[in-house]
Amino acid sequence: MRNIPAQKITQAIKTLCIQANTELTGDVEQTLKKALKAETSSTGREILEQILENAKIAKREKLPLCQDCGLVFVFIEIGEEVRISGGSLTKAINDGVKQGYKEGFLRKSTTSDPLTRENPGTNLPAIIHTEIVPGNKLEITVMTKGGGAENCSAIKMFKPTSSQKEIETFIIETVKNNGANGCPPLIVGVGIGGSFDQAPLLAKKSLLRKIGSKSKMEKELLAKINKLGIGPMGLGGRTTALAVHIKKAPCHISSLPVAINIECHAHRVKSTTI
Amino acid sequence: MHIELKAPLSEKELRKLKVGDKVFIRGKILVARDLAHQKMAKKAPVDLNGSIIYYASPTPRPPHHIIGSIGPTTATRMDAFTPALIKKGVKVTIGKGKRNPEVVKGSVYLVVPGGVAALLSKSIVSTRVLAYPKLGSEALLEIEVIDFPAIVAIDLKGRSIFK
Repeated sequence: MRNIPAQKITQAIKTLCIQANTELTGDVEQTLKKALKAETSSTGREILEQILENAKIAKREKLPLCQDCGLVFVFIEIGEEVRISGGSLTKAINDGVKQGYKEGFLRKSTTSDPLTRENPGTNLPAIIHTEIVPGNKLEITVMTKGGGAENCSAIKMFKPTSSQKEIETFIIETVKNNGANGCPPLIVGVGIGGSFDQAPLLAKKSLLRKIGSKSKMEKELLAKINKLGIGPMGLGGRTTALAVHIKKAPCHISSLPVAINIECHAHRVKSTTI
Repeated sequence: MHIELKAPLSEKELRKLKVGDKVFIRGKILVARDLAHQKMAKKAPVDLNGSIIYYASPTPRPPHHIIGSIGPTTATRMDAFTPALIKKGVKVTIGKGKRNPEVVKGSVYLVVPGGVAALLSKSIVSTRVLAYPKLGSEALLEIEVIDFPAIVAIDLKGRSIFK
């Protein structure tokens, strides 16, 4: 067994929260630069330039890219040979989030109760997804995600006999109806299969990979979405989405759940290994 | 066309704004989002006549900065309260995203790009809490801006930039 002190996890989470909020990842920056070259709308180009300029200022001055520093999602792969000492994993993660949001001057957007709407000002709790994997390491990914884009997401339970075309229409319609409010250019995360609870998690997890549409279906969907004309911030143009990511899972013979998790251009994901 | 805007605004100044115009705002504007809107629609804590409201709530101010990052939030979430505030004198709202022209009738809706909050913070020269300090980052603020850039998304005639 390998001992990992809880404090080390706290430190890692704190650093990842601050980095994710202030440093745009290289793959997003590269994709935005490519989009800028391809964008034909002058307003669209201006906005893409502002997004790139914003990333420079944020990094230089350690300011958050977006005022909505989001809910914190922690995806953690725990090696079977790892033993966490000196505290619980959940507490270690939440302590890291609390410290990171305080020391990084990040906005706390988590309410303690969805109905009374109190904001205790800690941004806790983090939403934690754990997975046990072979090995003796911890793979930690922190994603911080704003509420505006999250609100544009959708889920639908299709019939098992529904066609791929029907699913594609649902994805395109969701972007068409809600996309302008989700801070485009978007990254469209899609979860297909699993169960009612698993499909949205697949969609969210699809956002964690390096930005870029790979499969035929992803590439075709991206092309169709970018023909909608929504453009950067919904003001017109060909850059409505930077990528479509699809993650699939086996499902019941009666079901075909499809979930869409909309991500804004301020895509904030950072990982580390302990 | 590039236009300068300064609150308090008159109806005449509003009429000059056409959908698609790029404007630069100077002077004092109010900052409020969901919870402050709910309260202001019932009873306005300040005179709203001719005012500009920016839908936002900043990140905490780091040392040596005037304000933290401050970009727009989704405008449609304020829709339920907007007509009441326009009646109280609000002339311009600033946010992000598509909106129904009916909701902002009698006012002009401007958009600024979302997610460029560090950049937008550079146009702000002062800030103070006007009301609802208990709401923390959602408190009603007054900020003073210089050359704060925005685009006319819905003009007084109800013409919208969104398709």
